[in-house]
Amino acid sequence: MLAFVLRRLAQSVAVLLTVGVVAFFMFRYVGDPINAMVGQDTSLQERDELRQKLGLNDPAPIQFLRFIGNAAQGKFGLSYRTSEPVGRMILERMPATLELSFCAAMFSLLVGVPMGVYTGLYPRHWSSKLLQAVSLIGVSLPTFLVGILLILVFAVFLRLLPSFGRGETVDIGWWSTNFLTTKGLLALIMPSITLGLFQLTLIMRLVRSEMLEVMRTDFIKFARARGLSNRAINFGHALKNTLVPVITIAGLQLGAIIAFAVVTETVFAWPGMGQLFIQSVQFADIPVMAAYLMLIAFLFVVINVIVDLLYFLVDPRLRSQGGAARVSGH
Amino acid sequence: MGKFSRWGLVGAAALALTLAIAPASAKTFKWGNAGDVSSMDPYARQETFLLTFTQNIYDPLVRRDKNLKLEPALAVKWGQVDKNTWFFDLRPGVKFSDGTPFTADDVVFSLNRANGPGSNMGSNFASVKEIRKVSDLRVEVITKYPDPLLADKWAALGMMSKAWAEKNNAVNSADMTKNEENYATRNAMGTGPFMLKERRAGERTVLVPNPGWWDKPTHNLTEVIFTPIPNAATRVAAIKAGDIDMMYEVPPADTETLKRDPNIAVLEGPETRIVYLGMDQERNELVESSVKGKNPFKDKRVREAIYRSIDVDAIKRTVMRGQSFPTALMVAPGINGYMKDLDKRPALLKPDEAKKLLADAGYPQGFEVGMDCPNDRYVNDEKICQAVVAMLARIGIKVNLLAQTRNLYFAKILRKGDGSPGTTSLYMLGWSPAQTYDVHNVFEALIQTPNAATKKGMFNAGGYSNPELDKLADAMEQETDKTKRDAMIAAATKLYVNDYAYIPLHQQAVVWAARKNISLVQPADNSFPLRFVTIK
Repeated sequence: MLAFVLRRLAQSVAVLLTVGVVAFFMFRYVGDPINAMVGQDTSLQERDELRQKLGLNDPAPIQFLRFIGNAAQGKFGLSYRTSEPVGRMILERMPATLELSFCAAMFSLLVGVPMGVYTGLYPRHWSSKLLQAVSLIGVSLPTFLVGILLILVFAVFLRLLPSFGRGETVDIGWWSTNFLTTKGLLALIMPSITLGLFQLTLIMRLVRSEMLEVMRTDFIKFARARGLSNRAINFGHALKNTLVPVITIAGLQLGAIIAFAVVTETVFAWPGMGQLFIQSVQFADIPVMAAYLMLIAFLFVVINVIVDLLYFLVDPRLRSQGGAARVSGH
Repeated sequence: MGKFSRWGLVGAAALALTLAIAPASAKTFKWGNAGDVSSMDPYARQETFLLTFTQNIYDPLVRRDKNLKLEPALAVKWGQVDKNTWFFDLRPGVKFSDGTPFTADDVVFSLNRANGPGSNMGSNFASVKEIRKVSDLRVEVITKYPDPLLADKWAALGMMSKAWAEKNNAVNSADMTKNEENYATRNAMGTGPFMLKERRAGERTVLVPNPGWWDKPTHNLTEVIFTPIPNAATRVAAIKAGDIDMMYEVPPADTETLKRDPNIAVLEGPETRIVYLGMDQERNELVESSVKGKNPFKDKRVREAIYRSIDVDAIKRTVMRGQSFPTALMVAPGINGYMKDLDKRPALLKPDEAKKLLADAGYPQGFEVGMDCPNDRYVNDEKICQAVVAMLARIGIKVNLLAQTRNLYFAKILRKGDGSPGTTSLYMLGWSPAQTYDVHNVFEALIQTPNAATKKGMFNAGGYSNPELDKLADAMEQETDKTKRDAMIAAATKLYVNDYAYIPLHQQAVVWAARKNISLVQPADNSFPLRFVTIK
């Protein structure tokens, strides 16, 4: 177990460094940040001086080492766009993204799993077919279109929900939350649906196919033979056996939700990290982009490790294999 | 949030006060823009949006009215004592919103801060030798050479409080090379019509009226909430739904949709920025062309053929959806030195006539040339360039267009710090003399012969050079007699027009939208002063 964890950690560090290198070399192609930092009347000499001061004239490997060195000490520098400390900028926007991602994940699980169970149990019923068809929309429509359609219907025509933003937030320490005000909760609805729709479809289809599979197995037949109630069979036995892959996928998708919040946040003017990243790309704001990409890579790595560990704990077969691997020094 | 609580109190007091004066319901004005104000520091960036936003909080010495003319603000009188000395007599009895008095010390401090490290306003101080306090209500500025435009340049500079900046360790603007937060980046305190109540960068910025403002408010607002909404479709939906009252910078594609909405008024006006094409007339051989050993753009006939083959009205109709104002000059109406009688484009040539001009110049088969264009800087920039490519194809000039993001584009075409030219043959740029609102800025930056020592012509990317024009431009810089100066401007304007030095295309339109119950003023420099906003 310990060896497993250590191995995963070493891999994680390697992944982070790789992301850092790739990201950093990509920045050479987003252009010269100086032009976004100064006004049109700023003289060319002044532009050059600024470039020199920021170390943008140094070779990329040196810039990268400097960045890694500072990042390791928790210093991400000042944003080229706003001259605010990058660490603080990201930290301030993190609650917005995490709350949105949490709600989107909850929405996709709480709606997706029951839908999957239902369509798995009654695959031929017309309502299952309808749900299947509707779920196709979820995978095939691009996120921004879903978002805009929701805004059009619920904000512009029906005037039920706010068209953009977080509504009202309450600060708890440095964390600003949507969960404590009605306006904040209302503002969460459309972005969460938009962000969670794809995952919902994924989970529903996964649960459905797993359910179909499990319902055909012998132990379900035996359970029926024992005279157990439908409810106990469907949820106590069948669903439970479908959950291992669902946990894996849902866990891995959590990282994807946070990363793909970029589009949803832009559509809903949701002041999270994704929107910050998009603005930074436009301004070639390298310190912010670098820090954001590293953070996302870090989140993915952490989630992956956790999912691996969960898997390890949930599935006894894996555990024994892991044990065997340890013994054989694999 | 501790630091906001004090402001919250002040804000609440202000709100209570305003409510007491006007028992009518609270007038909250909500507006949105694609991007956020990058900083609350009034010297953080020389950029219209930041400058005009912070001027709601920080009054300048001299401000611009609805028609961009100067009018007294914190200075009641200003002018030149002699050729090299400016004076500013300050308004007595003005207080900062924290209650401290505004004096000459604050002016001297602010001007030095604006010219200091971290500030982006340094180019406003090129002529300044010394800034000194004469009395509590008078400041004098000694210039290195006569500078008739000093007051114009400084109309963009908001005045800060010396005591406030010193207390909060914000004596200089943020230093990008350090890893420290600067207090003035997120906080603001001035003498202006509004006070900063809440600043959440990237999320929202809330202003409340300053009850102690020295001027009589022309607005009736009790609160202003600004939100950045990056997505254009969301911005349109937000104003249609009434979630915002006004949207700054409407994308051209959405103008029609908004015009059809009975609750929304679309405001359009010409912007002072001129969008133009430039040609490399400096190198002996173009960097990106099929012509070797010589430079076709050095030949005036080639420049004329191109100029007179570009149909700016067609661009207006098709690409700009009517939202442009074609021009023949490098400055727009509203800028001092705009010559209305010279603003006439020569007639378009038929393709045969243009081809004949090219043939006379030695290019009967036309030629091939590269063109650079930004794709995220000006309204429809890439599409305009594509239209130009098509128009030039008709006269046998094959243009290879490279349209890219502005950060790459500017790095490619602009001159280097040592004055050497960038890498371009044909390019599109936009320019507005936003600093001085005077044509001299255009001559100095875009049209004079590039010279790294004198720093003239540093944005003359094509290297057009006319010694006679250089002399006129240098003379008008220091000429204080208006009649003589206007004659120089007219002469210099004729020179670049007759040389086909540049190909001015149009002024793009400033398009804003507001709900019908809002009345506001839309100046041609695309600034948005909240002090003119009223809600019915």
